[in-house]
Amino acid sequence: MQPAEIITETGGVIGASWLMIALPAVGAAILLLFGRLTDRWGHLLGTAMSLASFAVAVLAFVELLGFDEAERRRQVMLYDFLPAGSFHVEMGLLIDPLSISFALLITGVGSLIHIYSIGYMAHDEKRRKFFAYLNLFVAAMLVLVLADNYLGLYIGWEGVGLASYLLIGFWQHKPSAATAAKKAFVVNRVGDFGLALGIFTIFTTFGTVAYKDVLANAGAAEQVTLTVIGLLLLLGACGKSAQLPLQSWLLDAMEGPTPVSALIHAATMVTAGVYLITRSGAIYEGAPTAQLVVTIVGAATLIAGAIIGCAKDDIKKALAGSTMSQIGYMVLAAGLGPIGYAFAIAHLIAHGFFKAAMFLGAGSVMHAMNDEVDMRRYGGLRTVMPITFATFGLGYLAIIGIPPLSGWFTKDSIIEAAMHVSPVLGWVAVIGAGITGFYMSRVMFMTFFGEKRWASDAHPHESPKVMTWPLILLSVGSVLGGGLLIAGGTFAEFLRPAVGAPEEPLAFHPVSVPGIVTIVLVLAGAAYAWTKYAKSPVPEVAPRGSFLTTFARRDLYGDALNESLFMRPGQWLTRLAVFFDNRGVDGIVNGLAAAIGGTSGRLRRIQTGFVRSYALSVFLGAAAVVGALLAVGSF
Amino acid sequence: MNQIEPPVIEYAQVAPLLVVFGAAVLGVVVEAFAPRYLRKAIHMPLTLLSLAGAFVLTVWQATQSPHNAAAMGAIAVDGPTLFVWGTILVLAVVSVLLISDEDHFVGQASALPGSAEEEESITARAAHTEVYPLVLFAVGGMLLFPASNDLLIMFVALEVMSLPLYLLCGLARRRRLLSQEAAMKYFLLGAFSSAFFLFGTALLYGVAGTVEFRGIAEALTRVGGMDTLLLAGTATLGVGLLFKIGAAPFQAWKPDVYQGAPTPVTALMASGTLVAAFGGLLRVFWVALGGLEWDWKPVLWGVAILTMLVGAILAITQTDIKRMLAYSSIAHAGFLLVGVVAVGDAEQNREALTGLLFYLVAYGIATVGAFAVVTLVRDAGGEANHLSRWAGLGKRAPLLAGVFALFLLAFAGIPLTSGFLGKYAIFAAAGGADAWPLVIVAVIASAVAAFFYVRVIVLMFFSDPAADGPTIAVPTVSTSIVVALAAAATVVLGVIPEPVLNLASIAAESLFVR
Repeated sequence: MQPAEIITETGGVIGASWLMIALPAVGAAILLLFGRLTDRWGHLLGTAMSLASFAVAVLAFVELLGFDEAERRRQVMLYDFLPAGSFHVEMGLLIDPLSISFALLITGVGSLIHIYSIGYMAHDEKRRKFFAYLNLFVAAMLVLVLADNYLGLYIGWEGVGLASYLLIGFWQHKPSAATAAKKAFVVNRVGDFGLALGIFTIFTTFGTVAYKDVLANAGAAEQVTLTVIGLLLLLGACGKSAQLPLQSWLLDAMEGPTPVSALIHAATMVTAGVYLITRSGAIYEGAPTAQLVVTIVGAATLIAGAIIGCAKDDIKKALAGSTMSQIGYMVLAAGLGPIGYAFAIAHLIAHGFFKAAMFLGAGSVMHAMNDEVDMRRYGGLRTVMPITFATFGLGYLAIIGIPPLSGWFTKDSIIEAAMHVSPVLGWVAVIGAGITGFYMSRVMFMTFFGEKRWASDAHPHESPKVMTWPLILLSVGSVLGGGLLIAGGTFAEFLRPAVGAPEEPLAFHPVSVPGIVTIVLVLAGAAYAWTKYAKSPVPEVAPRGSFLTTFARRDLYGDALNESLFMRPGQWLTRLAVFFDNRGVDGIVNGLAAAIGGTSGRLRRIQTGFVRSYALSVFLGAAAVVGALLAVGSF
Repeated sequence: MNQIEPPVIEYAQVAPLLVVFGAAVLGVVVEAFAPRYLRKAIHMPLTLLSLAGAFVLTVWQATQSPHNAAAMGAIAVDGPTLFVWGTILVLAVVSVLLISDEDHFVGQASALPGSAEEEESITARAAHTEVYPLVLFAVGGMLLFPASNDLLIMFVALEVMSLPLYLLCGLARRRRLLSQEAAMKYFLLGAFSSAFFLFGTALLYGVAGTVEFRGIAEALTRVGGMDTLLLAGTATLGVGLLFKIGAAPFQAWKPDVYQGAPTPVTALMASGTLVAAFGGLLRVFWVALGGLEWDWKPVLWGVAILTMLVGAILAITQTDIKRMLAYSSIAHAGFLLVGVVAVGDAEQNREALTGLLFYLVAYGIATVGAFAVVTLVRDAGGEANHLSRWAGLGKRAPLLAGVFALFLLAFAGIPLTSGFLGKYAIFAAAGGADAWPLVIVAVIASAVAAFFYVRVIVLMFFSDPAADGPTIAVPTVSTSIVVALAAAATVVLGVIPEPVLNLASIAAESLFVR
């Protein structure tokens, strides 16, 4: 079934849905502009703005449910952004089942994270600024998902990039945080470069960047063009969603405060790539090659992320590896076409809940353990921190896919869909699930079970209520979410107007061969982790390990690869530039500095020398231009 | 004896030019007769009023139609000219406000640095008020340059624009050796490039038998693109023009001159001169040499690519804020060249021209704003230009650093700033002209450039301030106005670009008159 037509809407809550973006944006503006004046109540304002935005999203959602299925794609015109000539762009919002699902996730989970941060950042003197950035992030992310055209998406895309850059580097006094922020920025530039070129190609092909026109006419374009667009957009998606080969920044980005990791790197920003691919479904459906590449990238990343997750001793980095892997599942599902879209988004929402619960749980543990992140220094925390243990545990059971928690529904659906399209992809997803069972159990057991391996000055305690309540709510979501979405095909039906649906929708089978194999593998992985990390003592210093362990610890040599592919040539280029700069350009400055203290004769000599060489360069350049023009002219 | 025909001049159309030049001449008279203590008090209103008056006249002209070539076809007052005039006049007013700030100019330029005479002039609080008429002459040249419709007028405009700037460059109050060196270099290399311009003019005259753009365009249809004289003339003329915009490989002067010149003068050069030079460049290549498009396009492609890469890559290693902005200006000249080669049919030309005009406004304003901020960050020896001195500025002066960050983001082309739309418009136009390789290089260069802009932001906000860091001068009223205006314009052009884009597209509608 094809997606429904887009209708222009002016009234109602949907007509005022720009408020969703404006509220957090105003919050960020107030907190940044009024500075220290807002120190005392800034965090409350930020949280209130996020909650208000959530309220608008809920109202818009309810209103959307009131329409017939065929009328559930509503476009709200805001203003003419670029009026001139043929690059005419109207800025508006598209409220449809897909975008409202994202908006609910972003504002809902985002608000919980705001509340949690009130407690987590209580002792940080820059708490106000932190909330300003959080608000900014929420606003930018909403621009990304709500815009009704690719240019708006790009604006939001850059906005979340900026906000995440500011948030990752928030503890800039740590050099590692500053480096991580820079890395995230540079890697994302590569992705953004792809996205920008993709949008330019869309513009030249279709003459517009509005979803309404582009997606409706995608079928008419040539397959080659669609493939090029699809691959370029995929490059953008890889950068934002930390997929191979642009995955390296995500692990380092864990340097930011923990709520940031939860908000950006679990619930929202990294899912932008999945959104982009799903939204551009019509383009990918016309380009089977691009679709195939999407599924391969997803499958490869889900295995790679899982392997990295196995070897990390830093609790946040282990969770980051798992994020990569789970996003891999979503990208894989999104690459399967209409059969997988609903499952990709359902898994994305379920993941938003359980991964945020675990990241915030990890934050709660760190809060209790003097910011220790090494799991080898945890152990036996379940009795000291019962609420954190319970909520983290539920998130854990959800992610490894124990029935009937949410991960079981959503991940098994993706596996089923992949099996349906290609058994190879399906089995890769099954194996990934098995590894997930092992590494998530490892995190769980090393942290909450086994012997206490605490540092001598650690006095763990349960976190305050303002931190535990969000955990509880998120864990409720991670228990129930998947079932509510998948069972009975409710969510697929809801999304149908936005993304279309396959000829024969895939029903959810509680009992199937791949499903049983998955459960068996997961349990085997968990059991192995139990014998290794709960039953036997865990050494406080990581053992050297085999070649495979080293391979995984080094992030599968992703950094080494990046270094030799990008950084080295970059450094050579810089060195070359420095060399020329020293010889040609800085020479004058340095020479001048020396000359001011030295003799005027020397100064004159240096000066005439360099003007002459400048003139020579002008002359040679002129000769080159004349030569080139004559050469061109004689052809 | 032959009667000499008196030329017919449409005074109304060239009125903005006449007002500016008239005020400049008056300024010289003031220098000669007014007592020293009164001079600044006379110059300031004279300069600002004349620029404002010229702006009003330009707006009035814009409401008159049709536009045509005035003064016997020598000066083309058409849509693009009027738009460029308006832009230059606004930038000039803003720069004059910066110039009027105390302390930027030397008391007595003829005194040797460190000599007793210099000491004396400082104690006497002497100041070179000649700065104002010099600026007016330069601005007059800038107005005439993009409007000239024949090569000789254009050459005169080039010199009228450049000569006062050579002088102004050498008048910095502090680091005078650097300043004088900059003036000397700019003069020598400028003269060198003028020679190329004249040589090209002579060769083209040899081909076409006229220096008028219209005549040259007509002659091109007769001789075709194989004529060696024609090609050599085009190339050498192009070198003279490319030198002025600082395109590679003719960019060597830019960092030195921008660094050495007094910062308000740098602001005027980096904004006004660039706008004027692009206006002139467009007219020469699109009007006079439009028929030779297939010959000069590949060469300008190469120059554009080289310019973007040289600007973006060399900027990374700069440690001086003014030098960094100079390389950034080189990179932007490259981006603008992308728009110049995006020619095609009339519709395509309109689109490219609209993008270029918008880009010039956006870049010019952000540039003046950025240099205005540079004038405010000072230590004992004057402006603190070394980048290491800017570390942690965000903690000492969050507002100032925030505004500077805004300008840098605009240069980088981040959405919701003016720079993004400028880049978008130009790249889209180039894409429309099938210049895809060029667009790809431009996007790569933008990405590289974004890196060094953001590096400065990181330095300002994420680094610890140096213990003996620079002080932030309390901005005078005029400097505050400049910074505030530039920041507001940068945001407004980014969020609500419609009015200016509309103006640009109306200006581009008629294209250049022939």
